[in-house]
Amino acid sequence: MPRKIGGSLRAGYNQSSMPATSKPTSNLPKVPTGINGFDEVTFGGLPKGRPTLVCGGAGCGKTLFGIEFLVRGATQFNEPGVCVTFEESADDLAKNVASLGFDLKRLERTKKLVIDHIYVDKNTITETGDYDLEGLFIRLNGAIDSVGAKRVLLDTPEALFSGLSNDAILRNEMRRLFGFLKQKGVSAVITGERGEGTLTRHGLEEYVSDCVILLDNRVQNEAVTRRLRVLKYRGSTHGTNEYPFLIDEQGISVLPITSVGLNHPAPQERISTGIRELDRMLGGPGYYRGSSVLVTGTAGTGKSSMGAHFMDAACRRGERAIYFAFEESPDQIIRNMRSIGLDLGRWVKKGLLHIEAVRPSTFGMEMHLVRMHAMLQDHKPGVVVMDPISGLVPSGSLHDVSAVVLRIVDYIKMQRATGFFTALMAHDDMHSTDLSISSLVDTWLLVRNIEVNGERNRVMYVLKSRGMAHSNQIREFMLTNRGVQLREVYLGPGGVLTGSARIAREAEERREEIVRRREEKKREAALRTSLAAVEAKLAALEAERNGYKAELQSVVEEDSARRKAIFVDRQELRESREFKVNGPVKEKGPLAKEVGL
Amino acid sequence: MKRAKLTTVAVAPKKPAQYDLRLYVAGQTPRSLQALRNLKQICEQHLAGNYRVEIIDLLQKPQLAAGDQILAIPTLVRAIPKPARKIIGDLSNVERVLVGLDVRPVE
Repeated sequence: MPRKIGGSLRAGYNQSSMPATSKPTSNLPKVPTGINGFDEVTFGGLPKGRPTLVCGGAGCGKTLFGIEFLVRGATQFNEPGVCVTFEESADDLAKNVASLGFDLKRLERTKKLVIDHIYVDKNTITETGDYDLEGLFIRLNGAIDSVGAKRVLLDTPEALFSGLSNDAILRNEMRRLFGFLKQKGVSAVITGERGEGTLTRHGLEEYVSDCVILLDNRVQNEAVTRRLRVLKYRGSTHGTNEYPFLIDEQGISVLPITSVGLNHPAPQERISTGIRELDRMLGGPGYYRGSSVLVTGTAGTGKSSMGAHFMDAACRRGERAIYFAFEESPDQIIRNMRSIGLDLGRWVKKGLLHIEAVRPSTFGMEMHLVRMHAMLQDHKPGVVVMDPISGLVPSGSLHDVSAVVLRIVDYIKMQRATGFFTALMAHDDMHSTDLSISSLVDTWLLVRNIEVNGERNRVMYVLKSRGMAHSNQIREFMLTNRGVQLREVYLGPGGVLTGSARIAREAEERREEIVRRREEKKREAALRTSLAAVEAKLAALEAERNGYKAELQSVVEEDSARRKAIFVDRQELRESREFKVNGPVKEKGPLAKEVGL
Repeated sequence: MKRAKLTTVAVAPKKPAQYDLRLYVAGQTPRSLQALRNLKQICEQHLAGNYRVEIIDLLQKPQLAAGDQILAIPTLVRAIPKPARKIIGDLSNVERVLVGLDVRPVE
């Protein structure tokens, strides 16, 4: 059965949500509902060509489930549908679901949908003798055949029980109705109001044995959470948990979040923390993309500011970011961050940053989770900041909150987004959070206060950071009007030096440095002088050397000239002597003159 | 299966009928025939020619079912006088049919 679901992230669920031994696929043909997340829970959708019972109390979303099944079928899977409504009129129905973007009238015009309103007015009906509901069958049959429907919604046939009094006939006809639907080969959704102690008031579950889905609308801690459970799915594996679901402008979203597993990818890429010194503490480039970062600390230690830096850096890179704020309004956050030189407002305007400020007590835990899921899916951020997760605790039990945070951490990871969480700690020096999520996160930074010399100063250190070399140093953490700055701390006789003690120490170092500089300069000058003297001497010697060289040269040259002259004269002499024997002397050489020959 | 004849049975068309009745059936089932027999008897006995009966077979004209909100078969609709009323079943209980039609039984 092909799964044609839009979300690309959904693939991860299927592999992880069932034990490895049971295969999520089955031989039972299924028809995708197109309802966000539901097809994952049921591994493909509703049983094809069979009726499914959707039951639940008033206002739990039964009708909407059925309508969305039809609308998605008609628009996404080219499966026309028939909606038989026994309670609402076709007009009312169309109006009610228009707010969810479902245009039933248009679907009717384009022959993708038939809506038939069947009602029984008890006041105008008299029953006498035997009858059957053949009229209903004929109408249903006609409607199915008129558009070639593959999907049918009956909402809810139980209404007949209040209109007609002969229960025996009705029961028999109900059985016949479900048989008829199967025989027509349509995938049907039948809704039923939940009765006391039974799934439906009139026991429709007796007739629908293939698939039963239970919707629930529960109040917990004064907050309402909608939940969905697949009670029964004959011939198919299915998720058995209660899944929270949400009804919003896009219809129903079911979240198979309890089944998120540990198979998220681990990118190599590193992204900046937004604070250069902190990047350096983490070995240079910053956090791993897709990791989760926890910052813990007591009140007023600058946790949110670190988150703001991180988001600012992400937006500068052109990535999207979401800020789930549980304590401040968006305006207040933007104003406050401006005081440390961060202009988050421009990112909000650009649409890169989305600040979602909501009080933790506004919804139940599951609802928070569902909303976050929906928002993560819509916004597709690279960076998610939740500030603070400890703020969620009042709206649920500690166990609930831990479970939810775990899921959200996993979900953010699976989205390849980087999660940044802050947690408030009641006491300094606590190396564990109340939420016990510290073991889940990859990088844990701790900010704490040090009170000394009548000052309170912040220090920060990296408690752990998986998969990267990180500094073991404590840094002083300062909030300046140019953002967060980290400074090295000094070890003095009384322990680490921070604040003014550090500043004094820094001033002292600067003074020492100046003195050292001055001395160095002096020595340098002395050496230069000596060097210059030696060089002058060298120059004089060089000149002397050159003089000797020149003298030597001239001596050598004179010498050779003389020798040459002697040689020539001797030659002439010899020649003149030879002349006396052989012929007249043509010319007298100089030597010959000299000698007087 | 034999189809019921789609006929307008104008039993007493001499003057404008005070009662305009429609009997919806689906094929010639024993129950439908029973209903038709019962209806004839009741009309003759209690409406004294002041009526008109139309028999509609939904197997042949299924599209007519929605107009009168027909669900049960057989259904007798009293279209006139207004407001419309419905009597479902094989019309075997004469008293209930007369109550449904709002007709006083002829002593």
